[in-house]
Amino acid sequence: MSEFTNNTVNSVKKPVEETPSGFSFDNIHRNAMIEQMSKQQAASGSNSSYLPQATKTGTTIVGLVYKDGVVLGADTRATGGTEVADKNCEKIHYLAPNIYCCGAGTAADTEKTTELISSQLDLLRMNTEGSQSRVVTACTMLKRMLFRYQGHVSAALVLGGVDVDGPHVYQIYPHGSTAKLSYTTMGSGSLAAMSVFESGYVDGMTEEEGIELVKRAILAGVFNDLGSGSNVDVCVIRNDGTTKMDRGAVQPNDVTPLRNAINRSDKLNMRSGTTAVLKSSFKPHSVGGVTLADVTVTDMET
Amino acid sequence: MSILEYNGAAIIAMTGKDCVAIACDTRLGAQAQTVSCDFKKVFQFGKTFVGLAGLASDVQTMNSLLKFRKNLYELREEREMTPRVLSNLLSNLLYEKRFGPYFIEPVVAGLDDDNKPFLSGMDLIGAPVYTDDFVVTGTATANMYGMCETLYKKDMEPEELFETLSQALLSSVDRDALSGWGATVHIVTKDGVMTRELKGRMD
Repeated sequence: MSEFTNNTVNSVKKPVEETPSGFSFDNIHRNAMIEQMSKQQAASGSNSSYLPQATKTGTTIVGLVYKDGVVLGADTRATGGTEVADKNCEKIHYLAPNIYCCGAGTAADTEKTTELISSQLDLLRMNTEGSQSRVVTACTMLKRMLFRYQGHVSAALVLGGVDVDGPHVYQIYPHGSTAKLSYTTMGSGSLAAMSVFESGYVDGMTEEEGIELVKRAILAGVFNDLGSGSNVDVCVIRNDGTTKMDRGAVQPNDVTPLRNAINRSDKLNMRSGTTAVLKSSFKPHSVGGVTLADVTVTDMET
Repeated sequence: MSILEYNGAAIIAMTGKDCVAIACDTRLGAQAQTVSCDFKKVFQFGKTFVGLAGLASDVQTMNSLLKFRKNLYELREEREMTPRVLSNLLSNLLYEKRFGPYFIEPVVAGLDDDNKPFLSGMDLIGAPVYTDDFVVTGTATANMYGMCETLYKKDMEPEELFETLSQALLSSVDRDALSGWGATVHIVTKDGVMTRELKGRMD
């Protein structure tokens, strides 16, 4: 529960059984033992780690302020090690109607952190007569969350939006440090993208100029950074409160026309009976989901 | 060796025209030693199937946990759980254990209320991947991606989907030492579920 929500309402009527919230550390000792055992087994050599890698976003993400709003941009590649885990993922996350947030780092962390803050902002708006969320508020909530976990929640964010104070772009590091900037880049492709921004950014650009520069910056990441790839997503948030989310604004790596041009060998079409089947059975769907009659009730062991 | 590769698994899910199919191998190993040839790693939740690849103990733990939460949901809500909801539930269960994860990488495949195909995959801490063609998980992912990228076509009928999926899986596991030893395929259509056991190499 966020500190921004009205606790007095909740404390009057507490739910009888409150489900625990937040992270669970139940498996940590077990996992440490697994690590120890596998290290002993591989004592002879090898520096291979037992812990599997989580999906990373790799990522080039950017944001800039233009004359009447902000433009956010992102590539759409997710990687697991060297493997491309997702060729068209969404890295521009919704936070509020007037605020969006690009995420780089561990995919699950960026996804869940923005989801959490988005719902806290929603609750906050309900507790403040539906007034518009401010970008600083979102920034503060995000940095507090990230600082609490000392960088272990590895989300590097570019936060952008408009509010009563005008357009804002913030960058937020996984440890919780933030900076308010007029243009910024993050992720493994940030250097490539920043080189484009540094040479092309000017104050007071028009929307078209802003979008064009963002596209060029992301493309620099897509083509020069191995962790970034596929398409360019662009999101424009204007001072008048309107937003434009353009998924696949540039698709330099679209293979559909190439694939369609291939004369597909008939050998690739699997005919009925190709696969040797040992056993086959068909079961119609049961309708209506689980009822108490379906649940096996067993006595508790005493 | 990663703990995800300790028991071995290969799972593919694919969409077709108003149908989805999910296939898995049936091996349970302890590293190079094969322990069982009929290990269950794909589980049914109504019109949704969940494939769990990774550490066998966590596969079974997560199955019971999911079954419990899904039954609770359906008793409270008096309606069936859609694949998208199940996928979100699974993602949140995994992310809750962000700093001491279950060693499983799941795929979810099913038909939603309008019998439209739904497919998603996840890493071990619940970062979701949504696709409309195919998802793979297990120890032979590189092989399975290769097979699926070449064999997959859009809008296949259930029978052709079955053959394509089966051939993609069987060819993949033949080049992976940790998976194979038979395979099971489930084809979900609006009428019901066709389950088939495949003949595979036993070496």
